[in-house]
Amino acid sequence: MTKNSVAPDQDTLQFTVDGEVFSAKKGLSIMDACDAAGVYVPRLCDSDGLVPQGSCRVCSVKQNGRTVAACTQPLEDGAVIENESLEIKNYRRDLVRMLFHEGNHLCPICEASGRCELQAMAYRLGISQATKYPYLQPVRPVDASHPDIALDNNRCILCGRCIRASRDVDGKNVFEYVGRGIHKRIGVNADCLANTDASIDDYAMSLDVCPVGCIIRKGEGFFAPIGERQFDHGPIGSEIQHPDSRLIPVKQYDPREDS
Amino acid sequence: MKKKRIATASLAGCFGCHMSLLDIDERIIDLMKVAEFDRSPLNDFKKFTRRCDIGLIEGGCCNEDNVHVLREFRKNCDVLVAVGQCAIMGGLPVMRNAIMHSDDPLRECLDEAYRASPKVMNPDNQIPNDPALPLLLDKVYTVVDVVKVDYQIPGCPPSGDVLWTALTALIKGEPPELDWALIKYD
Amino acid sequence: MEPSTYTQGIVQEACRRFGNDAHRMMDILWEVQDRLGCIDGQAMECIAAETGSYRVEVEGVVTFYAFFATTPQGQFIIRICEDIIDRHAGVEEIRAAFEKTLGIAVGQTTNDGLFSLHLTPCIGMCDQAPAVLINDLVVTGLTPGKVSKIVSTLKKSRNLNDIKPQSKGGLFKPGEGNNQHPLIRSMVKNNIRLAGEILLNTYSPEAGLAGALQQTPAEVVEMILASGLRGRGGAGFSTGRKWQMAAATEAEERYVICNADEGEPGTFKDRVLLTEKADLLFEGMTIAAYAVGARHGILYLRGEYRYLRPYLEHCLEERRKKGLLGANIGKTVGGQYDGEFDIRIQIGAGAYICGEESSLISSCEGRRGEPKNRPPYPVQSGYLGYPTVVNNVETLCNVPRILEKGISWFRSIGTSESAGTKLHSVSGDCSRPGIYELPMGCTVQELLDLAGAKDSACVQVGGASGDMIGRTEFGRRLCFEDLPTAGAFMSFTQTRNILEIVDYYMHFFIEESCGYCTPCRVGNVFMKKGLEKIIQGQGEPSDLEYLKDLGKTIIETSRCGLGHTSPKPILTSMKHFPLVYAALLKERPDGLQAGFNIQHALDESRIIAKRRSLIYDPDYSKSEKAD
Repeated sequence: MTKNSVAPDQDTLQFTVDGEVFSAKKGLSIMDACDAAGVYVPRLCDSDGLVPQGSCRVCSVKQNGRTVAACTQPLEDGAVIENESLEIKNYRRDLVRMLFHEGNHLCPICEASGRCELQAMAYRLGISQATKYPYLQPVRPVDASHPDIALDNNRCILCGRCIRASRDVDGKNVFEYVGRGIHKRIGVNADCLANTDASIDDYAMSLDVCPVGCIIRKGEGFFAPIGERQFDHGPIGSEIQHPDSRLIPVKQYDPREDS
Repeated sequence: MKKKRIATASLAGCFGCHMSLLDIDERIIDLMKVAEFDRSPLNDFKKFTRRCDIGLIEGGCCNEDNVHVLREFRKNCDVLVAVGQCAIMGGLPVMRNAIMHSDDPLRECLDEAYRASPKVMNPDNQIPNDPALPLLLDKVYTVVDVVKVDYQIPGCPPSGDVLWTALTALIKGEPPELDWALIKYD
Repeated sequence: MEPSTYTQGIVQEACRRFGNDAHRMMDILWEVQDRLGCIDGQAMECIAAETGSYRVEVEGVVTFYAFFATTPQGQFIIRICEDIIDRHAGVEEIRAAFEKTLGIAVGQTTNDGLFSLHLTPCIGMCDQAPAVLINDLVVTGLTPGKVSKIVSTLKKSRNLNDIKPQSKGGLFKPGEGNNQHPLIRSMVKNNIRLAGEILLNTYSPEAGLAGALQQTPAEVVEMILASGLRGRGGAGFSTGRKWQMAAATEAEERYVICNADEGEPGTFKDRVLLTEKADLLFEGMTIAAYAVGARHGILYLRGEYRYLRPYLEHCLEERRKKGLLGANIGKTVGGQYDGEFDIRIQIGAGAYICGEESSLISSCEGRRGEPKNRPPYPVQSGYLGYPTVVNNVETLCNVPRILEKGISWFRSIGTSESAGTKLHSVSGDCSRPGIYELPMGCTVQELLDLAGAKDSACVQVGGASGDMIGRTEFGRRLCFEDLPTAGAFMSFTQTRNILEIVDYYMHFFIEESCGYCTPCRVGNVFMKKGLEKIIQGQGEPSDLEYLKDLGKTIIETSRCGLGHTSPKPILTSMKHFPLVYAALLKERPDGLQAGFNIQHALDESRIIAKRRSLIYDPDYSKSEKAD
């Protein structure tokens, strides 16, 4: 018996996630198939309506024993997917921690706190204890030239959602990756944001796009009081997760339960 | 059961985590049944009277005194716990590390704080330098940068409920597990 | 600000030469940089306008490649190879000599605008280290004395030709073989120490191509498949299978790309093949094109080998004249084939990641050299979306020989899983560094003996992304079924510091990570910091577990081969040289972090406050002992 209601026929395929059997339409990515089945795969660089790019790697799952990014990897027929295994959870924690330590994520002063997907992901993954990762404490320039928008690149996690939103939805190309490696950052299509055609009404500047507090809408900070913010009531992914599925949150002690 | 001895200190923090400890409200009576405080600003004990089971550290290290106190705690406590974002990752004070790229970051920091900033009123142009003032470190260090830490309790500050849950576990000798709803970084 | 008309003129000219095609961005950028000395914001804006792209896209490409600069560079850009082999050969003295004679530090440009000084990873000259690039010119076997001669000559004449090697007199002597060709005229040596039967032997030119054209394309694919030829770039994928898949994909166009982005530290065999066997390579590409039905080929040549370009263009031109490229290739070699095929050369610009096939394709398309998501694989959707076969130089050089001499001849060499020979680029501590062509399956020890590496204690097989092995592993065989290698073979004696080598490789991977995915971009930085802690004597036994865990996460979750291999220097050296690590690790029962130095942290404050520490300066704190 499969849990979701897609009737098995030629256009569907079967797969299991953590031992539960599901079916999905052919031609979907692992993530889309899981979404449709009510199984939440954690993600940061992927966002509804944007082309997936597989860069944050937080959506790593095992498909038939191979670690792949669920957002870009096609689902194979009969695939055995591991989504909540200890190994995968540990990878995800490592990745989310890497992002926390790469930038300057000072939640107490950040206006995105409470609606920040990076923070919410860390909560969901139960990250509360220390690692040996060093804090890189970057000093990247802040661009506050635009009258309505400021960019604090020190909070950027290089998910590229703003790039894709501006290019594919707004048709503007305000943003693009520049530099490489650890020096990679988001560049703007001029010497500063004020000299681009960026507008506060762009989809790229909306609250849906930047998962952290890098794109700042001036004059709107802290619009929701603590207790009424996006992730104050339930963990990130609640909207996708089937209400009957085993609850993820997170009574667990980290780091490394498997040792 | 023998009561657990707890020591606490506030380093480069705002004392908010200590205030939050008082937010456990009437549960403090239950706490006092199983624990007693040694060195702590709560009882104004300035020195360790004996070895402690649990040390709670609020704040990171921005001056030499912070380092000194922190090392004392590591030496005198069996389990050392970093409490709050300042202890864990530097918190607000760590923002001063954003000028580490400067050729002379500490001087720039002091100038900005006491002279250059438009909000400063300092007609003598003096930077406080009393011999009793501890020397500042070149940058702000987290607790983990300076000593090994056994556990962390995140939050800015961790709420009374979080502290209660974590302390209860620590007193039982267990790791401080937090439910999803209790993990907060703000 | 409006761009100057001078900038605009040059950019327009450059863009027009390449049809104002954004896909030729690499060529445009090279041209603009060669003429303007850099690609600044104005130039980016003009290029964007000319090619119908966005300024930030152009900036994204410019800032991706190490050889492109956004700030003005000197007339002579000196790039010192900082690879570990060069370090062992004394590159620090060379660097000091350059810095002293030029009066600038690495990363700077002289005030007269003549010289810029940079460091660069392996430039493929490990067998003749230390080496530098001056613009396109390779200078090898450097000494501090020669450095000052180079600088004074260039200062006087301002002409790079004056330090080119000359057969009589002159600062440097030309290398052997085709390095003396007037279009190369380089001091680079081939150092072919052992020519095997397949690649470096004499052969009948175009016999393989003629043989191929007498068969159907499918038969050629079948033959390569049956020969057991596997990719020589390291991964060892079946070449025939790759061709088969590209041929099977329905498409209007197909592409054959030769990967000559030989960036793996310690590898230089492709450089020698390109110098001595260019025609064999082009013949192989033509056969591949015939087999898969491609009309277009691209030779992706790493920027470090730009000095070979005039010669390679000449070879292509000769082949066109002979009818071996262009339309009706078949008539020339006596077959019926009337298809067409031609090859263009794409120059890279200093990015190791472009050796990864999908990054290489991105780069050919004029983009940032970032890997693409797979699937679709390049054989299904590669260059500009067309099915594309990407093969290594050495792989393609094997192809005409298989067609010429037959499958059983090829399979009789090497092992059952790894047919044929392998070129090894041997460098490091040995008396005969250079190129060795050996049947697949020879042992590490055999190669060490041939190379005169008497007391090797450690060999880095396959370059930075390969394995670091010790004496107990020297009996292992160099082939796909045992110890696969992309061709680098670096020998180190006991006197070398293994952790210094490992540390350099981690530095290399951090520099060369494209930064696309989190684990490779960030994780490698953490790996190196963890290693540095150990090297500085501040490590604890638990750090090994930490590095293993972190390395596993990077390997498992990274998006491409770079991240899949970047932790290997640390992980394989930990496995094979555990004592080197153990000797530096110490338990710290006091619970203090060894990496934190209170004296250092107070230095600046003491100067600013003009006083000493009450706690940590002992003469101030007699009563309370400093902790």
